[in-house]
Amino acid sequence: MKGNMLMFDKLFPPKQMELPNGKKVMEKRSPIPFVILVLFIALIYSIEVTDFELKILFERGIQFFIIVLEMIPPTWEYLPHLWQPLMDTIKMSLLGSVLGSVVAVPAAYLAASNLIQRKWIVNVTKILLSILRTLPTLVTALIATFIFGLGTLAGTVAIFLFTLAYVGKLLYEQIENADMGAFEAMESIGMTRVQAFRYAIFPQVLPNFLSTSLFCFEGNVRYAAILGYVGAGGIGLLLNERIGWRDYASVGMILLMLAITVFLIETVSEHFRKRLM
Amino acid sequence: MDVVEKQLYASPRNYRYLITTSIILFGLFIWSLTAVNINNIEESGLAIAQNIILGIFQPDLELLLNVSDKGVLYLLVETIAIAFLGTIIGSFLAVPLAFLSASNIVPKPVSFITRLLLIAIRTVPALIYGLMFIRVIGQGPFTGVLTIALVSIGMLAKLYVDAIEDLDTSILESMTSIGCTTFEKIRYGIIPQLFAMFLSIMIYRFDMNLREASVLGLVGAGGIGAPLIFAMNAYRWNEVGSILIGLVVLILIVEWSSNRLRNKLVRG
Repeated sequence: MKGNMLMFDKLFPPKQMELPNGKKVMEKRSPIPFVILVLFIALIYSIEVTDFELKILFERGIQFFIIVLEMIPPTWEYLPHLWQPLMDTIKMSLLGSVLGSVVAVPAAYLAASNLIQRKWIVNVTKILLSILRTLPTLVTALIATFIFGLGTLAGTVAIFLFTLAYVGKLLYEQIENADMGAFEAMESIGMTRVQAFRYAIFPQVLPNFLSTSLFCFEGNVRYAAILGYVGAGGIGLLLNERIGWRDYASVGMILLMLAITVFLIETVSEHFRKRLM
Repeated sequence: MDVVEKQLYASPRNYRYLITTSIILFGLFIWSLTAVNINNIEESGLAIAQNIILGIFQPDLELLLNVSDKGVLYLLVETIAIAFLGTIIGSFLAVPLAFLSASNIVPKPVSFITRLLLIAIRTVPALIYGLMFIRVIGQGPFTGVLTIALVSIGMLAKLYVDAIEDLDTSILESMTSIGCTTFEKIRYGIIPQLFAMFLSIMIYRFDMNLREASVLGLVGAGGIGAPLIFAMNAYRWNEVGSILIGLVVLILIVEWSSNRLRNKLVRG
């Protein structure tokens, strides 16, 4: 960062000012005009790349609100068809989250630089976790449908992988910041590393681990809702189908049920997360 | 009884609570197992998995390093442009909504209604907005921009509100006492407090929007998602590999630089 600052000072030399008592001071130029210029160029370029046109927006934008208004009131008769896919969505995210969080523990153990001596194991695990975390869940689900076929299994696998990466990352950061005193004491009385981890580190990180897992589960319910778009099971399939048929009142019903489900799950999970803290 | 034993017995016991919770959790886990149907796995799955891994390790380098408008680099730039423009529009639209839902600025009923609106905007997944905008404007990156803008509003406004409600009002009072006008109070009392926070929130959202934008292509809203799904449906795993490598590298770079920038902004 320092190198950059020096180059910046050379390009835009600091302004010299003379105080009333004759002393000369240097005022550093603010980088803000430069940042604004860069942002402005980026903005113009983005507008060009994305074919952004206000004219179209003003002409057609109203259509969007017409669609939204068609969703109200939702078709209540559609509700009975929704239970099965909705339950599938919840089951997918629950199974994926539970398995992912459980597998995250050994993964985080391997990625924690204070527990594993071999540098390369730590680095490889960390890189794998980062890659898994950056892959969008929908893309993972799409790949999974090729391997596991269409259906809930593909969605569960996608959610499992994301949870593993997300919880794994937060957990190894926790482990690396944990107090090592008890761990060293247990090792010195002859416990193996895994045993010492189990009795000295794990209790320290357990509340946070459970809380992260619950939080991830909340998010996963939202993700799972759209995974059906790529054929990975759940309610997303219906959403896509109904939008395709322009049956917006049913779309409204699906979105309403989804909102209620997400709200209920968030309330329950928040209750438990507060207890854990 | 020695000290250690005393300490052992002094620890709180809530076995009943723990056991009940575990049983419920285990029951839910078994229930969720019924969702998975292993019979669906096709015989070819293993072979496809092998091909995918081979494709990712032998990416189509020509596609990856191509600078024309079919190459991965251009597609990534398009994805960044969608996320960037969407974030800018969304963050401007979110400012009035945030002030309207801040309970220390507007009356309670107004803030409550705006909050409900924001929750409604936040609940709908980005992909659904994308599908709706395609009905309105057609396929293309422009649709992606509008989708990202709309999706961002919900979360941006929510985070803005937290910043606004944490405003230090004593500064405004002292400015009133030395005779500042309303404009001066806003310019020197409010903007400096909010600007860094808002900027940090915007950068954070840009990071998220980049992920969203990379997925939106799957529904035809521009960016790198569309070529990805075409390559997959045609089983061209080398192309899939190069697109995925580009995507992962880009997201990791943006995540890293956004974290650094935000740390600088917040710590001053």
